[in-house]
Amino acid sequence: MSQFLEVTGLRKKFLMHILNDKNIDALEDINFSMEEGEIIGLTGKSGSGKSSLMKCIYGTYLVNEGSIWYESDTFGRIDLVAASEHEILQIRRNEMTYCSQFLQVIPRVPALEVVGEQLILDGVGHDEAIETAKTFLDRLSLPQELWDAYPSTFSGGEQQRINVVQAIISSPRFLLIDEPTASLDVKTKDVVIEMILELKRNGTSVILITHDEYTLEKLADRQLKLVDGKLQELATA
Amino acid sequence: MVKENSDNWLLRVRGLTKIYGEPISNSIRYTGPKFGTNQCPETDAIVACAEIDFDLNHGEVLGLVGESGSGKSTIVQLLYFDQEATSGDVKYRGFERGDTNLLSVSNQKKRYIRNHLMGMVYQNPRDGLNFKFSAGGNIAEKLLMAGEFHVGRIRERASSLLERTEVPIPRMDNVPSSFSGGMQQRVQISKAIANNPPLLFLDEVTSGLDVSVQAKVLDLIRTLQRQLGISMIVVSHDLSVIRMLTDRTMVLKNGRIVEAGLTDQILQDPQHEYTQLLVSSLL
Amino acid sequence: MITTEKFSRSYNYAFIDETTKKEIRRKILKGVAIPGYQVPYSSPEMPISRGWGTGGLHASLSLIGPNDTFKIIDQGSDASVNACNLRNFVKRMTGCKTTFDTAEATIVQTRHRITEEVLTDKQIIVFQVPQPEVLRGVERFEFKTRQMHAEADYAKMWVSLYESYVKFGAIMRGAGYPVKVNKRYIMTPSPIPRWDVPNLSHSDTLHVFAAGREKRIHCVPPHTLVEPLEFEDIKFRVEEFEGIRCSVTGEGDAFMDEIYETEGSRKHVINDSNFLDKLREGPRPHQRLFTNPQS
Repeated sequence: MSQFLEVTGLRKKFLMHILNDKNIDALEDINFSMEEGEIIGLTGKSGSGKSSLMKCIYGTYLVNEGSIWYESDTFGRIDLVAASEHEILQIRRNEMTYCSQFLQVIPRVPALEVVGEQLILDGVGHDEAIETAKTFLDRLSLPQELWDAYPSTFSGGEQQRINVVQAIISSPRFLLIDEPTASLDVKTKDVVIEMILELKRNGTSVILITHDEYTLEKLADRQLKLVDGKLQELATA
Repeated sequence: MVKENSDNWLLRVRGLTKIYGEPISNSIRYTGPKFGTNQCPETDAIVACAEIDFDLNHGEVLGLVGESGSGKSTIVQLLYFDQEATSGDVKYRGFERGDTNLLSVSNQKKRYIRNHLMGMVYQNPRDGLNFKFSAGGNIAEKLLMAGEFHVGRIRERASSLLERTEVPIPRMDNVPSSFSGGMQQRVQISKAIANNPPLLFLDEVTSGLDVSVQAKVLDLIRTLQRQLGISMIVVSHDLSVIRMLTDRTMVLKNGRIVEAGLTDQILQDPQHEYTQLLVSSLL
Repeated sequence: MITTEKFSRSYNYAFIDETTKKEIRRKILKGVAIPGYQVPYSSPEMPISRGWGTGGLHASLSLIGPNDTFKIIDQGSDASVNACNLRNFVKRMTGCKTTFDTAEATIVQTRHRITEEVLTDKQIIVFQVPQPEVLRGVERFEFKTRQMHAEADYAKMWVSLYESYVKFGAIMRGAGYPVKVNKRYIMTPSPIPRWDVPNLSHSDTLHVFAAGREKRIHCVPPHTLVEPLEFEDIKFRVEEFEGIRCSVTGEGDAFMDEIYETEGSRKHVINDSNFLDKLREGPRPHQRLFTNPQS
C-alpha cells in the first residue's frame, strides 16, 4: 500500500528579483513519508524552513525540484507539485486544511460566522453551523461576549483560538497546523491538544509545527527536525 | 500557462486580444512587459490586452490584478461585451453547452447572455445603474429583460434582493443619486445578481468607497458568493481585496498575464519580478 | 415662353411630383410589410411648415386619386382651422370629393383621434405624427433607439412604465400609449387617446402613420395584432366615462370632451363631430368598444 504522503527530493529556493536577483535556499533535498492517521511534529529553529515545508505541501509555495505524492480522496495518488491549481483548490476544499500562525479574516465579520463558515461551505445549514461553532468556542473558553465581535479586534490569544477552531471545526482529512498553542494558557492548550487528538482518533493525519515541548510530546507520533533547510534526523516520540 | 486537465470549467478564454488603433503583425510582438509598453512602436496602436488564456471553474473566484492600464478592466469589459474584442475565443458552459465562441454571436444573443447568464458590477455606479430610474426600477430592468412582466413579483424580488444586500427597502422607489456611495454599490450588486447569473464580474467595486464601507461590501460579495455559488472575476489593483475574495489570481502588466497562480501563492511566493514588486509594496 | 403641356399647369396632380409620390407609396408598402417599423422617407417640401401635418399630407396625396373621397379631422373635429385648410388644399390639388361623413370617406386623414365609427376595408386612415420614435423618451440618441428596435431591446421602455406605475399608481400615458405590433416592434400610435388604441388591433383598415418633420412612415396593416404594453398584473385601461353623458345628445360610450362653462360648471360633449351629428340625426353608427378589465 502506498504512503499517505511521500516527499522526495524536495527543493525550494527564492529568487528575489527586487533584491538584485538574490537567491535564498529555503529547503534542500527533503525526503520523508507519512502514514495515514499519523501526527508528525516539525521542529527546528526559526528560519530553519518548517513553515516553508508546510507551505510547499499546501501549495502556497511553488516547489523548484522534487515531488510531493499525496494519497488524495478526491483524485487518488497525486503529485501536489505537478497538480493544477484547480486540483489543489479542490483538495483544499475537500480534505486539506492549513492553519497559519496568523489569523486572516475579513474585517467586520463576527467570530461565530468566521468559525462556522467552513461548515456552511461543506453544506451544513447555517443555524447548525453556528451551534457547532458555539460549542467549539465554548470548549476553548472564548468569552461569550466576543462571539458576536469582530476577530480582527481580538487579542493574540483570542485570535489564535479562532484560528484553530476555524481549521479543525470541519474535521479535515489532512491538517497542516502551525503553532496552534503558541499564545495560549495551559488550560486552553490542553483543550486544543485534546481537540487535535480527537481528530486523529477520527482518522485525520496531522503535520504540526510547534516550539512547545509539551504540545509536541502530547501530540506528535514522530518528529522531523529541520536545520538550515535540511532534514536532520528522524526521532520517535 | 493553463493546464488543460480540468473539465469543470464554466468559462474558457483563449487568446483574448483587444487592440485600439491600427494593429500590424508586429504590434503584439513588440509590446508587453518585456518592452514595458503596450503601444506599438510602429503604428501607435494600443494593445490593451493580448493572448489572454484562462479557465474559470464553477464556483471559483478569479482575481485580476495590475496597475492602471495593465488591461485588467478591459478583459472583463470584453467578456461582458461592453467592448468588442479584436480576436479571441470565449466559451461559456451556460450558453449553448459551451460549444460557441461568444465573441462571434449576434448582438441579440450577446444581450441575452448579458441579461440572463452574467452580471457586472462597475467601479462607478453610474456605469451599472440608470440614475433616471429608481433603485427598484434598475433591478426591474434586469428582470423585465429576462421576461418577468408581473409588477407584484418584480417588486417582491427587488425587495428580497435589496434586503439581502442591506439596502433599506423603503428606499426602493428612490433614485440612486440620493444614496450614499456604499448603498449605490449595493444596489448595483442587487441588480447584477437579480437573475441569478452563474457568473459575475466585479470591476474595482470597492475602490471609490470609504474603508469602513469597503469591508461591508467585501463581506457582502463573499457571502453572496458562498451562498449562491456564483463564479466571479474580481478586478482590483488592491491586493487585500484580491486576498480576501479570490481563489486564484492573474497578474497583468502591459496587457499581458505575467503570472497566474493560487492567490496565496501569488501573494506569498511571487515568481515574476513585477509581482514581487507589487507584493512588496503592499502595506 | 414655355409651351409644352407638361408645364401648362402650375402644379402636378396632388401637388407632389409623380416620382416622389411613387417613392412615398413604396415606403408605405415597406411599412405594411414590416408592421410597426419606422421607414425613412423623403418628406418633400410642402406649402406648409413641417410639423403641421405635412406627413399626413404626404401620405394622403401620394395615395389619393380622382375617385377618392377625402375626410380630414383634427382632434375629432372636421371643422377646426387646420382641418379646413388642409381639406381645401387637398381639394384644390386633386379635385376629389371631400366629406364629413366617416362612412363615405375612402381616405381619412386624422390628427390625434381615430373615428368612433368603425372603418372598413375600403378605407385607409392616415395619422399625422409629431414624434414617431416611441423610445425617444427613454433614449435620446437616434443611433441607439434604432439599435434597440433592431434587437427588440425594449427594457428601458418597460422600466419607464414600471416607474410610472410605482410613482403614480398607474401607467400615466394619456396620449400616444406605446403598443407592440405583430409581437415585434414597439411603436407609437401617434398621440391618440387610450380610448382609440384597442381599435388598431385586428382592424379591417390600413393605418398609415406619417411624420413629416421626422421623415418617418410606419404602418399597421389590416388584421394585425396590436397590443398596448401592459404588465401581467397591471393592465392597460382606456379612459373611463362612467355615468357621463354627452350634453348635446344624451348618449354615452364615446370619447368625451370636457367643457368648462364661464360660471365654472362642467359638461361633456362627444369629441368626434361627425359621430355626434349622426347620433342626433339617426341610428347609432357601428362602434368597436373596449371594456376595461376588472381592477
